[in-house]
Amino acid sequence: MRALPRRAPDLLVWALLIAMPWWMPAIGGYTELASRVVVMGLAALALNFLLGYTGVLSFGHAAYFGLGAYGAAMTLKYLAPSTGLAIVVGVVAGTAAALLIGALIVKLRGVYFAMVTIAFGQVFYFVTFRWNSVTGGDDGLTGWSRQPLRLGPLALDIQHGERTFYYFALALFALAAAGMAALLRSPFGRTLLAIRENERRARFLGIPVERHLWFSFVISCLFTSLAGALFALLNNFTDPRALRWDLSGNFVIMAVLGGMRSFWGPLVGAGVFVLLQDFISTRTQNWMSLVGAIFVLVVLFFPRGVLGVVRRRTTA
Amino acid sequence: MTQLVLFNVFNGLVVGAFYALMALGLSLILNLSGVINFAHGGFLAIAAYLAYTLIPTVGFWGGLLAAPVLTAVIGLVVERLLIRRLYGRDPLYSLLLTFGLAYVFEDATRSLWGAQSLPYPVPAWLTTPLSNRLFFLTGYRVFMVVLVGAAVTALFLVLNRTRLGMRIRAGTHDLETVSVLGINVRVLRNLNFGLGVYLAGLAGVLAAGMLGLEPTLGSSLIMPSFVAIIVGGLGSLPGTLLGGLLIGVASGVTTVFLPSATEAVMYVMMGVVLLVRPHGLLGEVGRLH
Amino acid sequence: MSHDPLHSKFSRRAVLKVALAAGAAQLSPRFLSRARAAEPVRIGFDDTLTGTYAALGKNTLVGCQLAVEQMNARGGILGRPVELVVEDSTSGDAGTAVQKASKLIERDRASFILGNVNSALSLAMAQVTSEKGVLHIVPGGHTDAVTGTSCHWNVFRVCNTTQMEANAVAGPLMKSAGKKWYYITPDYAFGHTLQAGLEKAAQRLGGVTVGADLAPLGTTDFSSYLIKAQSASPDVIIFLPQGADMINAMKQAVQFGLDKRFHLAGAQQELEALEGLPPEARVGTWVFEWYWKQPNVPHLQEFVAAVKQKTGKVPTARTWQGYAATWSCALAANGAKSLEAPKLAKALENMKLPPEIGLMPDRPFYRAGDHELMPTLYVGNAQAKGSDDEDLFHVTELVKGPDAAGSVEETGCKITWPTT
Repeated sequence: MRALPRRAPDLLVWALLIAMPWWMPAIGGYTELASRVVVMGLAALALNFLLGYTGVLSFGHAAYFGLGAYGAAMTLKYLAPSTGLAIVVGVVAGTAAALLIGALIVKLRGVYFAMVTIAFGQVFYFVTFRWNSVTGGDDGLTGWSRQPLRLGPLALDIQHGERTFYYFALALFALAAAGMAALLRSPFGRTLLAIRENERRARFLGIPVERHLWFSFVISCLFTSLAGALFALLNNFTDPRALRWDLSGNFVIMAVLGGMRSFWGPLVGAGVFVLLQDFISTRTQNWMSLVGAIFVLVVLFFPRGVLGVVRRRTTA
Repeated sequence: MTQLVLFNVFNGLVVGAFYALMALGLSLILNLSGVINFAHGGFLAIAAYLAYTLIPTVGFWGGLLAAPVLTAVIGLVVERLLIRRLYGRDPLYSLLLTFGLAYVFEDATRSLWGAQSLPYPVPAWLTTPLSNRLFFLTGYRVFMVVLVGAAVTALFLVLNRTRLGMRIRAGTHDLETVSVLGINVRVLRNLNFGLGVYLAGLAGVLAAGMLGLEPTLGSSLIMPSFVAIIVGGLGSLPGTLLGGLLIGVASGVTTVFLPSATEAVMYVMMGVVLLVRPHGLLGEVGRLH
Repeated sequence: MSHDPLHSKFSRRAVLKVALAAGAAQLSPRFLSRARAAEPVRIGFDDTLTGTYAALGKNTLVGCQLAVEQMNARGGILGRPVELVVEDSTSGDAGTAVQKASKLIERDRASFILGNVNSALSLAMAQVTSEKGVLHIVPGGHTDAVTGTSCHWNVFRVCNTTQMEANAVAGPLMKSAGKKWYYITPDYAFGHTLQAGLEKAAQRLGGVTVGADLAPLGTTDFSSYLIKAQSASPDVIIFLPQGADMINAMKQAVQFGLDKRFHLAGAQQELEALEGLPPEARVGTWVFEWYWKQPNVPHLQEFVAAVKQKTGKVPTARTWQGYAATWSCALAANGAKSLEAPKLAKALENMKLPPEIGLMPDRPFYRAGDHELMPTLYVGNAQAKGSDDEDLFHVTELVKGPDAAGSVEETGCKITWPTT
């Protein structure tokens, strides 16, 4: 029962999210950083669908993130100046890839599965990197930007208004989070938990484990690619680095840092990680050592993550 | 054209031998301890830089001998202090830990030796071509193949003819029984890790002679090692060796016809192997966990 | 494995305490410093301090820091002290570069933005700075688009375009080495435009392309390209890769003895790359954007001495680019008597750099049509060692910027000013 969201923490989280453009600058951040927290938080949440709830470690999620980003960017650059279409194309691209790759790797487990997800992630990285004429290669894709949204008579200027973009991203985040929460509460979600706890027993119960894993993988990648599309819109730019394995690693550490076993954990982890990285890299050129040290410390001393520590306190 | 293809096959073997050396170290650690050592590339770079620092005092050969050993010692310390705590836990944690270590190593090499690319001194007689017609066969490339061959042979001798090797091999099959038999498993894992890092260090010193020496040296070389292990088969050292050579040659040949696909081809191979033979070419069935 | 829970609880608590204390210590000084008087003028530096281009970014930073020190010694900008806010864009993560640019503008209220070594990041940052209307000077990102098809009213550039470098080296190379050229080109925009520029310039002088190879970025083994090159029997083998790729290509070319049979050359070359090569591989004809050994250039010795004092090494072109870009900010502000970006931009157009900043035989100036600096280009040969351990380049010919650059129309730049 612990894995399901309860009321009070939910309200707190939403209050903080809605008010972020105000308290973020006060602690030394800026509005765009808030948008980054939401985008990365969505990616971490999506990864945790697979990692925390299904018990499967994928270390190659950046590929789907990047596909979402490139799908959106290429739509805006080559197809049509429509933000909505861009997001749809991005999500379709990432999900299609996940359908294909998921089917290939669903029989593997543990260390092997992780390694294979890393390697497949790299395939997409290299395709993006080398296919210069289409993706811009190392230079990335420029010359486009997110377009204002037109919903009937209303026009949302997400192009110039940073706060407007933040709430736009937050709205999509809310939809995605609600979707994931609903799935986790459903029988399908319960089955995933069962698989996480004891795969063999689940199999004996007649549950088609591989198919569930495949679905879980695809759902996770779907929301990851949504995050990627938002990331491209946030930057008005995308480049192959959005697909590299070190970004995958960052998503995993966000989930672990925040707490894999709770729904909001990855969001908390993403917030801490994004803020820390921003603060640290401003102060020292050796920020890589400090970020690496954070990885090490979290693994050694806080494997349950921030929310894991909080939960221990409240139940102790 | 045939000269070009032949050359690239040979060159692919050189590169493949190099990948195999790195992958073997990674495989050793993975098989016995279940740890995906993301810091493998970092150890490689450290060894290269240590060699660079030592060469003025002990010469090229001294650096080649000493640097991997020193790096292996660092590996022993890292295993003892950090990685040991994670055995028995989800492989996720050792992956994240070594991932973080990779960051630390890269930053440390940049802080200690600078971001500037450094010229690694190789003895002149090694860098000259073998003959005028075969001008592209430099002594160094042949030297690399010979050295990797020697190292791999030595590795297999250690694994098959020494007690330590026997224990490692037994441990990869059933660590619990080995422990019950009275072997100190902690020390075994520690030494095994050191051995794996030694191989990475050796690869690093060799790489420095051929590629530029800069802090990001290791991170670009770690992915092919992963692919080599997957292609060759998890749990099988001969498989890893074969995997490394195969992807090296495949890359080499692809360079002739489609240079932009040089790296992609090894991932395509991996995809094909996974579809047709999921446990790898020489891997053992049931090793998927 | 038995783990002492008491022990681990203490370690965890200790780590948490230290982390929180460190975090609090970081936040408090900033709140305190807000209260200080004489709000400084901030110049935001957003460049590559880690990753592949770290060495170049760090050298650029040295130049920027030196400029700021000198500015403050002379009273700052418009009577206010100058503060250089340094951010690492990382060598390839556009997200970070854009994020830091936003941060510098929004949170730190920087009046100027400097960056980036990486062309792609320069373009990404330019989108942000033009969106927010802040003066942006690019010290070292070479892609033509920055002052060409993607030019903006607020973006200026110090380093050369690929077309300029190509035009500068083509003539001397044709004369000294021959007409048949074989290209080894890195497969990204910079490489493509450089090769195209060279082919165009060579064609005008009767040159012939006997072959070309596109080498993926990050290629470590150039042997197959070198074999193809030698079998095409050119007069010159042109090497266009940069950084670590350049080092590998040249090392291997010299190992194969190609330097004895063909003329090796290229366009852009940098001291950082030559320093990374073994001495015997420091050969070939290249273009430098600035060099520390120039006879009869006033103030040069002081600059070289000042940089040597800071870093122990001589300044490279990157150092000078950072220096000139940063000083241009002060010059623009003092000229416009304002920190408003449109006025700063107008002040920079056609502005000539004073001799102690230009540090070139002629005074470089920013061309109004595309905001590109018109400097001198240095054509010469790499050498294993000159009069000094760091004298690795022997200049044989100086080319004037305006001669090397095409016309403004050719760059494709059309500047539109904001309508306020």
